Amino acid sequence: MEVFVQQLINGVTLGAVYGLIAIGYTMVFGIIGMVNFAHGDVFMISAFVALICFMAVTALAGMTGGAVFLALLVALIVSMIVTSLFSWTIERVAYRKLRGSFRLAPLISAIGMSILLMNFVQVAQGARNKPIPPIMRDTIRLFEKDGFVVAISYKQILIILVTALLLGIFWYVVQKTPLGRAQRACEQDQKMAALLGINVDRTIAVTFIMGAALAAVAGTMFLTYYGVVVFSDGFVPGVKAFTAAVLGGIGSLPGAVLGGMLIGLIETFWSAYFSIDYKDVAAFSILAIVLIFMPQGLLGKPEVEKV
Amino acid sequence: MMMEAPAREPVNFVGLLKDAVFAAAIAFGLFSLMLGLKTDQTLNNQMVLVPRPGLLFTVVGLVFVGRFLIGYWQAINAGKIKKRKAAATPLALKIEKYGTAAFVGFLFVYPMMVLGTAGPSGAIKWIDNFGIQILIYIMLGWGLNIVVGLAGLLDLGYVAFYAVGAYSYALLATSEPVKEFMAGAIGPTFWPLWAFWICLPVAGILAAFWGVLLGFPVLRLRGDYLAIVTLAFGEIIRLVLINWVEFSGGYAGISSIPRPSFFGVPFNATESGFAATFGLEFTPIYRTIFLFYVILILALITAVVSTRLRRLPVGRAWEALREDEIACRSLGINTVNTKLTAFAIGAMFGGFAGAFFAARQGFISPESFVFLESAQILAIVVLGGMGSLLGVVIASILLVGGVELLRELDFLKAYFGDNFDPAQYRMLIFGACMVLMMLWKPRGLISVREPSVFLKEKKAVSSDLVKEGHG
Repeated sequence: MEVFVQQLINGVTLGAVYGLIAIGYTMVFGIIGMVNFAHGDVFMISAFVALICFMAVTALAGMTGGAVFLALLVALIVSMIVTSLFSWTIERVAYRKLRGSFRLAPLISAIGMSILLMNFVQVAQGARNKPIPPIMRDTIRLFEKDGFVVAISYKQILIILVTALLLGIFWYVVQKTPLGRAQRACEQDQKMAALLGINVDRTIAVTFIMGAALAAVAGTMFLTYYGVVVFSDGFVPGVKAFTAAVLGGIGSLPGAVLGGMLIGLIETFWSAYFSIDYKDVAAFSILAIVLIFMPQGLLGKPEVEKV
Repeated sequence: MMMEAPAREPVNFVGLLKDAVFAAAIAFGLFSLMLGLKTDQTLNNQMVLVPRPGLLFTVVGLVFVGRFLIGYWQAINAGKIKKRKAAATPLALKIEKYGTAAFVGFLFVYPMMVLGTAGPSGAIKWIDNFGIQILIYIMLGWGLNIVVGLAGLLDLGYVAFYAVGAYSYALLATSEPVKEFMAGAIGPTFWPLWAFWICLPVAGILAAFWGVLLGFPVLRLRGDYLAIVTLAFGEIIRLVLINWVEFSGGYAGISSIPRPSFFGVPFNATESGFAATFGLEFTPIYRTIFLFYVILILALITAVVSTRLRRLPVGRAWEALREDEIACRSLGINTVNTKLTAFAIGAMFGGFAGAFFAARQGFISPESFVFLESAQILAIVVLGGMGSLLGVVIASILLVGGVELLRELDFLKAYFGDNFDPAQYRMLIFGACMVLMMLWKPRGLISVREPSVFLKEKKAVSSDLVKEGHG
């Protein structure tokens, strides 16, 4: 029971990170029908930007409690801006021209972009693990039984709260603003949306930016939670987040969050009760199983095949 | 900036400059943190930031100049009406036909040519790193071409079959029980000498079996979903190889895999070795040359088999499947069998290539079978032009050979300092090439397609009329 509760807390934290990345996949897939393979690497870049920012601020302001908090806040905001800029540039350079092209072209371009970004970071920042000093190590002890302490750390609380807050804002933007309406219109029919005066190019660009901003939040939290980042960190979280998007039903925003939570929980419980070695195998197997047996996902709409 | 442009009325320099400044500003935003500051570890493991303003401003400057020049080039070419390309002439097909024959002939004399020009010690590098390495990728490209190019099934996990082939050979050849059994049944020297030749078909068959096994669950999937599931399968196989240490040796891999023999004559310095048997002086180059011919023959078999298969009913069914699965099914083609044969035959060639790879390296580990390899093979097929055998050859030479060439650029150290290592940029350039190729020619280098069935006369099909990847 104690182990269960502790793993539940850990799993929800991890699931929040996956859910935030998954939204980027699901939105882009929903609007232009492509798997943005480079999204995982955009997430990795955001963690690097946050790392550099955090180091810069703490180098100037020291490592006191207030300074660390300030550094995290600055890192989060700067990372969101810079990562959005990256995603916007990627869409502009590598995807926009291929939108009307044959179906594999954007996917291959995205794979190329993913390789490019990963190796850019490796060349620019070096191939070694990049740690940050441990921060916010304090925990709240929830209860204790037979010497096993169930605790939730401030980091975890922060991650869950920030995720919930952002999802609220995000939901409001997509459901209640003209921008969200334009996005949903483009999702249904780009040509018709363009005829009705919606700037399709801009709407798609904004979709990429929103996905990247959420990935940046995930990246900053990933960095705070694990305290280390390396250039190859984009691939596996990227595939897991994609799995989350598929599991929840691709194109569905609540689905992405639900899928992220499920993947996070499955991964932590698998590691706790079965074997930590095979946790990635578990995630990949879920991806295959869901796509084979339930391609529309939990909350997605079934795809109707038209001749 | 302005003086580079000849005075021409219609070019809007202010607009171009605005564009360039905008691009430079974006580049500054992107790179000011990622390039301008480098995270480094000091000797006592403290993380520090090292500012690199010079590098940052060089890159931003390059973006500015680059954007300006591209804009200028577009502006002066804007008025010109593009000459319409004549839809694929028979000449292009003829060039492909005779060019192929000439190229195959060239490959057969290549080791001798290199040996003649570079001498035995210098030739190894050119035959091994360039010849064999490129031929392995050509063979993998041709194998994957059956799945992606002909049947239109986008497979991102092709490296799994390469791994199955490599591990089949490595495990069988190094397994003690098999060795003892063979020693008891035939003779102690038999197995180490003949293991490669016996295991090669076995590796192909096992890989084909895995092709069916992994192909079966994904029959209903199409396009991107199929790609992602095959990626997942490829990763699962690699992760199992890493974690199932008793079976595969985990990260440590399998070493001292027996090298192939010249049909029973080993390549070593002993009395019964290749050099002594044929009255030659012993050098390691003979084995390299022999391996070159082995992979060359294997690759040619792949090419011949896939061109012949295209004309058989099953090959025509593959191409029909690629064009339209629903129409295919309506016409009574058994799509299940069609897809599974494509997976199995594609996987079989991957398995052959894997067995050869294990034999050539003498050591394998899961590190050789990462997703990047799959992406690289797929990139070769797509950049070459899907369905085109010659395209795969050109793409392999450009991508694999080009990347290998980067290792040779040591003279650049004279300009950039001793820390400059061109080889570390190879994947960066590789990724950029993939993106640029898609932007420039999304259909690949050779996008003309020769029809497999025709009435009276062959008419090349322009690639604009075909669509792939819907399978």
